[in-house]
Amino acid sequence: MPALTAEQVHQRLAAKFGDAIGPLSPPKKDQHFTIAPARLREVARFLKEDPELAFDFLQDLTATDHPKDGVIKVVYHFYSYKHRHLVEAKVHADRANPELDSLEPLWKAANWMEREVFDLFGVVFRDHPDLRRVLLPDDWVGYPLRKDYQEAGGYRDISNVRDNPLDLYLNLDRMVKAQQPAPAAAPAPAAPPKPAATEPPKGA
Amino acid sequence: MATTLDEMKGYQHDPGASTALVTTSTSVLENLINWSRRSSMFYLLFGLACCGIELMQTGGPRADLDRFGSVPRATPRQSDLMIVAGTLTYKMAIRCKLLYEQMAEPKYVISMGSCANCGGLFQLSYSVVKGVDKIIPVDVYVPGCPPRPEALTEGFLRVQELIKREKQKQKHRPSRSPTDTGAGYAVPEV
Repeated sequence: MPALTAEQVHQRLAAKFGDAIGPLSPPKKDQHFTIAPARLREVARFLKEDPELAFDFLQDLTATDHPKDGVIKVVYHFYSYKHRHLVEAKVHADRANPELDSLEPLWKAANWMEREVFDLFGVVFRDHPDLRRVLLPDDWVGYPLRKDYQEAGGYRDISNVRDNPLDLYLNLDRMVKAQQPAPAAAPAPAAPPKPAATEPPKGA
Repeated sequence: MATTLDEMKGYQHDPGASTALVTTSTSVLENLINWSRRSSMFYLLFGLACCGIELMQTGGPRADLDRFGSVPRATPRQSDLMIVAGTLTYKMAIRCKLLYEQMAEPKYVISMGSCANCGGLFQLSYSVVKGVDKIIPVDVYVPGCPPRPEALTEGFLRVQELIKREKQKQKHRPSRSPTDTGAGYAVPEV
């Protein structure tokens, strides 16, 4: 059975699912189409189980954030080792409440990739067996790859501020000058009493 | 009178004691202890990124850190020296601090490479610690991206220098970080 082009795959899907499949993108780059979120699992199952399509491999699963459109686009790359063809599909998740069906029941490869998308974009995948953060710590706040992400100012008690070391060197002269008028007054009382106590016995 | 950076940071610095084996400021017993200590500095096998590869090279036959009595140990409980080699993420920082706390005193830390020194190339990233001295005290910083084995060897020798002039009553322990509060260096108002 020959490999299908993206156009042929799209035609097949559009014939079966109608409105759930969006139009095919212009052929200048990787051609892709959208799948309605509500019918994602159904379409994916068809992609996998139809003998002419037979997409037996979920090659990639990632996402992009589009705050102006109010959506997070989850991108799926399906590949068929049987027919050696590839197709790309996008699913628009509502940005305010991103929730999609998990494809983990169909392709086990989706497990960690969906966890990653959840980790970095905050998309919740329904029916995922183990939806935890995969890269960031469990108690991390926020979803860093969203466009409007603001750093929380470090993590736990670790500050994320580091001064420019040049500031120290530029101020070094000033600091030396500040110490010189009272060298015995400022640093001496704190430190030398201890050496003074230990040194006399040594000399004696 | 020279005011060094170390004194600014509050180190007890004795310039006369840095080179001679027997000095006036450390006793013979201290010299013996320091000599034995610095001659068997076991370092923790702890590589985080590409610096870890150079760390392995340093332990390998060409740079041969073993000739200074330093061999890798696979557990922090048997290590004297931690070489933080590579990019430290916040997630790993918690583990790194745990490893450091598991090491027995006296313990020393080398911060190896730009990433461990200040975050390096990934300083603007949301997930990378801006220098390992934010979480544990660092004795020697080795610059480079990554440092060559020669550079790390030099850094190791600097740690040996520190131990050489260490007094048993005054434990050498650098502050955690001059910037760990985020408030910056204490620059006196003039």
